[in-house]
Amino acid sequence: MRKPITLVSLVLFGYAFLYLPILTLIVYSFNGSDRVMVWGGFSTRWYSALLENDQILSAAWLSLQIAVMSATAATALGLLGGYVMVRFGRFRTRTLFSGMLAAPLVVPEVITGLSLLMLFIALEAQFGWPSGRGVTTISIAHITFCTAYVAVVVQSRLSQLDPSLEEAAMDLGARPVRTFLLVTVPLLAPALVAGWLLAFTLSIDDLVIASFVSGPGASTLPMVIFSKVRLGLSPEINALATLLIAAVIVGVSIALLISSRGRSTSTPR
Amino acid sequence: MNGSLLGGRGRWLVYAVPLLWLTLFFLLPFFFVLKISLAESIIAQPPYTPLIGEAPDGGWSLQATLANYAFLLDDRLYLLSYLTSLRIALVSTVLCLLIGYPIAYAIARARGRAQLILLMLVILPFWTSFLIRVYAWKVLLQGGGVINGVLLWLGVIDAPLNMLYTEGAVYVGIVYSYLPFMILPLYAALARLDYSTVEAALDLGCRPWQAFLKVTVPLSLPGIIAGSLLVFIPAVGEFVIPELLGGPDSIMIGRVLWNEFFANRDWPIASSVAIVMLLILVLPIALLQNSRREVGDREAEAHA
Repeated sequence: MRKPITLVSLVLFGYAFLYLPILTLIVYSFNGSDRVMVWGGFSTRWYSALLENDQILSAAWLSLQIAVMSATAATALGLLGGYVMVRFGRFRTRTLFSGMLAAPLVVPEVITGLSLLMLFIALEAQFGWPSGRGVTTISIAHITFCTAYVAVVVQSRLSQLDPSLEEAAMDLGARPVRTFLLVTVPLLAPALVAGWLLAFTLSIDDLVIASFVSGPGASTLPMVIFSKVRLGLSPEINALATLLIAAVIVGVSIALLISSRGRSTSTPR
Repeated sequence: MNGSLLGGRGRWLVYAVPLLWLTLFFLLPFFFVLKISLAESIIAQPPYTPLIGEAPDGGWSLQATLANYAFLLDDRLYLLSYLTSLRIALVSTVLCLLIGYPIAYAIARARGRAQLILLMLVILPFWTSFLIRVYAWKVLLQGGGVINGVLLWLGVIDAPLNMLYTEGAVYVGIVYSYLPFMILPLYAALARLDYSTVEAALDLGCRPWQAFLKVTVPLSLPGIIAGSLLVFIPAVGEFVIPELLGGPDSIMIGRVLWNEFFANRDWPIASSVAIVMLLILVLPIALLQNSRREVGDREAEAHA
């Protein structure tokens, strides 16, 4: 199969487009100058400035806590949701169920954020819960939209699994719950890990929904980043971006190593 | 396979937990937005009138008003921003398709390790912060930024181009952020495609581009539809990209909603803006659900 020169150049252009902005941020994060656009020699001063910035550090810690909680709960809910979709066959409320499970993937964030805030305010007025807004409300919001992503990953893996393994366990006398926990869940482990990581990433990255459902004193990392870059550039954010990108590259490399040993690849979609 | 695994109470529980959660935290909230969109804005806590108020004679009265919707129709700003959002989302979707198709095609035709690496390179940016990636374009498109620097150095332009805070910058931001959403479904469709059909067309005398347009493209249509909807729907309501990269001419509806809520504190108007946006997006969302179900059914058949 010969490779047409146009296809190769189009593909190269596409990948350059994907990576040029990321590489630029990394290079500028080592800029010693106070002004982002003027090169002032190699320096790591913005990394030290970042480590002394309490506002960014405490926001990062808050985001990390919310992301771990949300990803864990969303993985459990997404496992159940995906399981219902693949293994329950046809049932009466299937259209409603699958719609609610998948719609958070595409409903614009401003709508999800606004509607959840309206719910929280109405619940608080009626039942006194949740009292005020902050970590709890942000976590509930993140669990809700992350569940949809986990369910997609679980569904695609589960539909490739041979149900006869589960049937064999049942034939050999395992109770349904035992079969689910000892056969289905371990077989789904790669999808659950991928789903958890995806949910974690989405949660720690969310600006719009968190801005709606957060309250005073609970600023997540994206909210702090946004307030810093809304009107201009920030060399500290360049350094932070580089650290985040490095974390992703390390994480994905580890995941790739594990999955290439397990001979199974899981993609976000 | 008909759910024989979990019987009785276990089966019910597995179904009920996600159902309850999603009903409470995804479906129910929309009704509150609908309710508030029918209220009037007042200076109080919460800042809107109750739907059911006490009538002067001591009974109850329904205080619903369509005034907010009438206001949306009346003020050209809202209509214009809906149209701008749809136009920007549509153009971005087409651009994503044009850039994404060759990449998806190349990944689908690559073999072994090369395929895995090409695929990972598409997915990797998706895992890094969306906000950071949009901000990166702010750095790139600055007057003294890298792109202007290279163009000046090459002698293509004499003075720095004004690229940031324009509609063009919004297109770049959306295409860049949503490209993986286009490439992955396209790749899935193209990887399933049986290339002997393309070879048959070539053997029967088709030119390569004819075979591409008449065989490859139609057979990858499910991927084109799914990818386009996955880009178009969220792009319509996009807030971060027009806010960080756009100028005064790119007033998209997500930005209007945000400003009504956070700057003007007008909850009823913000809610009616959201309801109208949802109504516009109901059809594309239903189409997407439908295409996902078809793909799911086909996969289920293939595995049966």
